[in-house]
Amino acid sequence: MTRARPMHALSALARAALLCAPLLCASGAAAQIAPQARKSGAAFMSPQTQAMQADDSSNPGMLAALEGESLWGQKAGAANLACADCHQNAETSMKGAAARHPRFDEGAGKPVDLQGQVNSCRQTRQQAQPFPYESRELLALVAYVGLQSRGLPVAPPDDPRLAPFVENGRALFHRRIGQLNFACAQCHDENWGRRLGSALIPQGHANAYPIYRLEWQDMGSLQRRLRNCMNGVRAEPYSLGSLEFIELELYLAERAKGMPVETPGVRP
Amino acid sequence: MARALINVPAKARKGEIVEIKTMLQHPMETGFRPGPDGRLYPRDIVKRFVCTYDGETVFSADLFPAISANPFLSFTTRATASGVLTFSWTDDKDQTQVQTARIEVE
Ligand code: HEC
Ligand code: HEC
Repeated sequence: MTRARPMHALSALARAALLCAPLLCASGAAAQIAPQARKSGAAFMSPQTQAMQADDSSNPGMLAALEGESLWGQKAGAANLACADCHQNAETSMKGAAARHPRFDEGAGKPVDLQGQVNSCRQTRQQAQPFPYESRELLALVAYVGLQSRGLPVAPPDDPRLAPFVENGRALFHRRIGQLNFACAQCHDENWGRRLGSALIPQGHANAYPIYRLEWQDMGSLQRRLRNCMNGVRAEPYSLGSLEFIELELYLAERAKGMPVETPGVRP
Repeated sequence: MARALINVPAKARKGEIVEIKTMLQHPMETGFRPGPDGRLYPRDIVKRFVCTYDGETVFSADLFPAISANPFLSFTTRATASGVLTFSWTDDKDQTQVQTARIEVE
């Protein structure tokens, strides 16, 4: 998109929008990435950051997973139950759980993502206050549950009740948003591998979340990442936990179907 | 207590040089970062790390505010005898966290 000297990503983006708007308008429906051409976000990182993610003793996301492991065994709420009291050993009971989320929640009549599921167990089964979004505890539990799917293929459920939500997610992914008037697909389907300021545009797969992001010096959820992308095009981000985000997550899971889960990922 | 990741080979040959990796969960708040109200978050860092091998210091480091959150330190030592490696991190409040790992030397 830009190959000039390094500059702030946002101003680079504004310039790109000015320069390329007619071109991008001309291109019709975004070409979807062919399954064999798909690459994890890790493939776009420096070898140093890749090595950091690959080694469990240098991946800071493992600290969150460790914290999640201890929360898993702690009793909480009016029911005075720990996750482990119902689900026993997470290594067996939670294997594959992250790979099949979001899934359809019978009770709620709508899809639920992994963090929503953890909080739903916390509220209805433990009878405790739900954890706030982006709280240490929630990220830790989701990282720990996610770790139990590491290496397994992303496996969105083949559930007809999910279909309309996946379709909405697909529409959101292709809808132009924000002052800069960009759709997710324009960056992640059409321009991946090119630079936006100093950042390489990845294909935008969600198979490593939650991640430890070096820029944040902390863990963050997929929704926090998506809010960043929305802020980047000067769109008003959806709120954390909103149905729009869960629909986007559903579509991202379809897009990444079959790719191995890498949780907890490290990102620059 | 914060969590730490420690990687020490469980076994080593006598005289072998072994790599040790440690990471402590810690915000390493620099003291220079303003919060939403414009006031600086108070400094809160780990300022000293020491590793001893059967009581003898084999590696130590002073840490400063420019070091990232969750400080990762990796270093080498020579495996001399079966024993215990002790790792200690001391923060700004002079609280020390200690963790140990055993190494078998053949
Ligand atoms: C203007 C280009 C642009 C747009 C529009 C955009 N993104 Fe991104 N996105 C990026 C860049 C650049 C990164 C990587 C940032 C980095 O590494 O610092 C990224 C990262 C991501 C990631 C994380 C990938 C990984 O491997 O960690 C996901 C998922 C994602 N975007 C999804 C979306 C969705 C969904 C939308 C629409 C709501 C969107 N993006 C809109 C540029 C964009
Ligand atoms: C009182 C028992 C109970 C407790 C305590 C409990 N859960 Fe659950 N959990 C369930 C049941 C039953 C289900 C499946 C039914 C449903 O809710 O959809 C479930 C489902 C789940 C799932 C989805 C699993 C899958 O295979 O897709 C996850 C993830 C989960 N729980 C995480 C947690 C976590 C994390 C905690 C602790 C914070 C916890 N649960 C506490 C009973 C419990």
